[in-house]
Amino acid sequence: MNLIALVPALPLLSATALMVTTGRLPRRLVAWLGAGSVGLAALCTALVAAAYGDAGGPYTVHLWTWFAVGGLEPGIAFYVDGLALVMMSVITGVGFLIHLYSIEFMGEDASFSRYFAYMNLFVGAMLILVMADNLLLLYLGWEGVGLCSYLLVGFWYRDPANGAAARKAFVVTRVGDTAMILGLFLLFTQLHTLQIQPLMAAAADEWAGGGWLPTLAALLLLGGAVGKSAQLPLHTWLPDAMAGPTPVSALIHAATMVTAGVYLIARTHTLFLLSPAALGAVAWIGVLTLLLAACAALAQRDIKRILAYSTISQIGYMFLALGVGAFAPGVFHLVTHAFFKALLFLAAGAIIHCLHHEHDIFRMGGLRTRLPLVFWVFLIGAAALAALPFTAGFYSKDAILLSAWEADPWLWTGGLLGALLTGIYSFRLIFVVFFGEATHEPDRRPGWKMALPLSLLALLSLTGGAISLPLAPAFPVSTGHAVNHTVEYIGIAVPLLGLGIAYLFFLGRQLPVDALAGRGVGARLRRFWQRGWGFDTLYQVLWVTPYRALAHLLRGEPVDALYNLLAALCRQGHRGLAALQTGALRWYATTLTFALVVVIAIVLRGAM
Amino acid sequence: MVALLLILGLGGLAALYSERLHPGLPRWMSLAVCALALLCLLPTAGASGVAPGTWLQHLRVDWLPRLGISFELGLDGLSWLLVALSLLLGLIAVASSWDEIDFRPGLFQANLLWTLTGVCGVFLALDLVLFFLFWEVMLVPMYLLIAIWGHEDRARAAMKFFIFTQASGLLMLVAIVTLAVTVGAGGQLSFSYFDLLGGALEPRTAYLLMLGFFLAFAVKLPAFPFHTWLPDAHTQAPTAGSVLLAGILLKTGAYGLLRFCLPLFPQASAEFAPVAVALGAAGVIYGAVLAFAQRDFKRLVAYSSVSHMGFVLLGLYAFNALAVQGSIMQMVAHGVSTAALFMMAGALQHRLHTRDMARMGGLWAQAPRMGACALFFAVASLGLPGLGNFVAEFLVLAGLFAVRPWMTLLAALGLITAAIYALWMIQRTFQGPAREELSPTDFGAREMLAMAAMMFALLWLGLYPQPVLDIARPVVDHLLQFDFSVREAL
Repeated sequence: MNLIALVPALPLLSATALMVTTGRLPRRLVAWLGAGSVGLAALCTALVAAAYGDAGGPYTVHLWTWFAVGGLEPGIAFYVDGLALVMMSVITGVGFLIHLYSIEFMGEDASFSRYFAYMNLFVGAMLILVMADNLLLLYLGWEGVGLCSYLLVGFWYRDPANGAAARKAFVVTRVGDTAMILGLFLLFTQLHTLQIQPLMAAAADEWAGGGWLPTLAALLLLGGAVGKSAQLPLHTWLPDAMAGPTPVSALIHAATMVTAGVYLIARTHTLFLLSPAALGAVAWIGVLTLLLAACAALAQRDIKRILAYSTISQIGYMFLALGVGAFAPGVFHLVTHAFFKALLFLAAGAIIHCLHHEHDIFRMGGLRTRLPLVFWVFLIGAAALAALPFTAGFYSKDAILLSAWEADPWLWTGGLLGALLTGIYSFRLIFVVFFGEATHEPDRRPGWKMALPLSLLALLSLTGGAISLPLAPAFPVSTGHAVNHTVEYIGIAVPLLGLGIAYLFFLGRQLPVDALAGRGVGARLRRFWQRGWGFDTLYQVLWVTPYRALAHLLRGEPVDALYNLLAALCRQGHRGLAALQTGALRWYATTLTFALVVVIAIVLRGAM
Repeated sequence: MVALLLILGLGGLAALYSERLHPGLPRWMSLAVCALALLCLLPTAGASGVAPGTWLQHLRVDWLPRLGISFELGLDGLSWLLVALSLLLGLIAVASSWDEIDFRPGLFQANLLWTLTGVCGVFLALDLVLFFLFWEVMLVPMYLLIAIWGHEDRARAAMKFFIFTQASGLLMLVAIVTLAVTVGAGGQLSFSYFDLLGGALEPRTAYLLMLGFFLAFAVKLPAFPFHTWLPDAHTQAPTAGSVLLAGILLKTGAYGLLRFCLPLFPQASAEFAPVAVALGAAGVIYGAVLAFAQRDFKRLVAYSSVSHMGFVLLGLYAFNALAVQGSIMQMVAHGVSTAALFMMAGALQHRLHTRDMARMGGLWAQAPRMGACALFFAVASLGLPGLGNFVAEFLVLAGLFAVRPWMTLLAALGLITAAIYALWMIQRTFQGPAREELSPTDFGAREMLAMAAMMFALLWLGLYPQPVLDIARPVVDHLLQFDFSVREAL
């Protein structure tokens, strides 16, 4: 299947071409290369997927052996099964739409070519991540997307704040990545391979369930997943990462890269199933994250930061699903989330694009009549995000909540509370941005290159729930419990309740939101949530400041003090001895005689 | 092999005198000499083993037979790799100092070539006295390079470099002589590597002799806490000097450990391993923290070298194929990536007349090609998969994890700290608001050619390192035949 190798190769080739030509190509050609390569990759993926349905069975493609040392022989090799295919489709499909949108969005940017070079490199790396047949190649893609995220967050490099956000994104995820690579070392040392399928089989064979080895290995991998997917406690980089261009946020920080952690856990689910403790940790991290991030989303004013916290929260749902063993619903939510969150980001980008780079939702207002297309697609996206009935988000979130109920009612309660908060913040956004009085007049309307992706993604956000994913052979079959109808009805009602509350607060104004959040405890809580529960402050105190202080302390090279001391001693010795050499003959004679007397005295004493 | 050394040595003389004909001639001479030497080297890669074991070429001529000293050279996979790296970086060094040197260009190029002669001699010598001779030969021209063509504080830095290396070299000399006398007691005195291998030694004597060798190599490597000469020397050296120093001279320390210290004293090394690994891990972290603390671009790169060479030490003392191969990879990859970063530092200083990063910023706008190159080598330095340094660091840590998981955990923190300093460096030089007073010209064709060659090398090492691993493999296998298990104290 040469077609399979083409899928990541096309965007990578295009990225290379764009980098080598360093912006000397005409814009039109750059656009064709940039978006076209991803489009072709999407086409190849579609062809592979079509053949997959007929022939069945996972494909393996071995390109070359990366290196072979001491029993470690990772290949540059791909393994394409249903799960990989789902991910590839999302990456190339949604990716293509976002590239198309970018042509217009970035049309006036001076670094047009650099933008598409990074974007294509990202798509290539992300495809390698999901197609890798061994964990080391997966790690290559994993770090590759991290690099592209760094490059694109800091794309507008003149503003130091963007650079800081980019570095934060890279370093915080690197903390998780380091845990992950230690996990790789552990797996290789114990099981002598890094090829995923044999590795999982070996883990299942050699490790007893519930032992400390599988738990440790799973927790180390979880460290990587938590960093990349912006879950507690390594989630702090994602809100800042919104400094990048908005299509970047849509592609990297909503649809694809941040869900890599979910993919990793789904891919290594055999290992996680061996360790109930690690699986429980996944579920609880998910629930805590989804609640904390949803609260933080309530208090933001920046449209992109709201969506960023919402992304963290929704990935929390995916982690919850994985943690209760509902792998297929977790991946399903990944897919629907990719649709509606990419849609929301792109729509937000359209607003920002048409409104002189305005980010503050309280300075928007009344856009319903001025940008009708954006309003409708945003409404669809928000409905899917809130999981209102019959949207794509509804089906996936519903499946997750049902699985959570079966596993642990407490987890279900957390998820339900999160659904309520999601409903409130989604429609707070809608009511504040699109209703009310208009304060700013948009200076342009989105053209077709922006409108088409928006419309297609809106369609997918509505109907995506009907897509059936070829995940069946990849995951253990869930035991079909009888659906508890009460639980299901509650799950449907809660988002609607959230919508109602948002209406009362922000549109109908029956409830006094300003009085609640403007004074006393409410105001303090709002500020606390707006700062994302103070995590940044905490890490500043815990890590950043001590590290800087350490660096400052060591700057003068304390080790050198030792050698300088030695040098100073030598110099002192030199001075002392040089002082003896006076050139005065009388002084020499005196000391000579005196020394002779001493020597003779010692010798005589020894002889006696 | 002899031809190679002669070409380099005589080439130096030729470069020295060609200056009289035309001041532009020596640099062409240097290029030609390096290229010629490289041509000499290339055909030997495929040669089959001639001498015992893994040797591609071997030569032994009696020199001072009464003292058991001979002129003995040998070329195996490890030597081949490092000699090839030296010559390639020699080319790069010449290219990087193309129009930096105005004062006595002939003498400069001569010293450059003589340093290379010494280095290649070190990589080839198999008689310990000859080895020591070459060890000193590479020192003097390097000292002159720093002391004559260096920057503002060059005299002190050159002196520090010289004293550190010389003092530790003396310890090694004492160890060499003692070793030969002890092993050869009652029989024929010999300084040949092969005669000294596997010599019967009292454990205590072996430990002390091992320390003598280790100290000399650890200073050169440099291992924490013997590294303090390096930031000064690097900062003050001219660009070509830094490229050679970081790219190759540091590798002689690692080479010495691998060739002499470990196989000559396997038991003592095994006992010493916890200390060596701890020093390696300390170097990884310490170097990275200090790199972050620097304002001077060259000092930052120098400290990053300390950090990276810590990985070499870690890998060598893990005593397994994965880690030792990783160390060798790290020597090659670090040679390339650091040479490139020093070339970048030199280019920046040449254009901006400062190395202070606080006075840079926003250079990407004026010099995007420089920015892209700096970014590439910065991410190589922080260990991005797909580039050579990652393969090296991964192999070292994966190998070390099997024997010392806790130390691996400590050293793995270096992956995070490396990201911090590398990205901070890019931020302070190329990103941020553009400054109007700075208007550097971007890289020209000559500089881009050198950079592109090194980028290609790192990509190749990162995506298909197998040829390098294959060349080094017999050496590693040979090394691992020694018994590195700690013997129980009786």
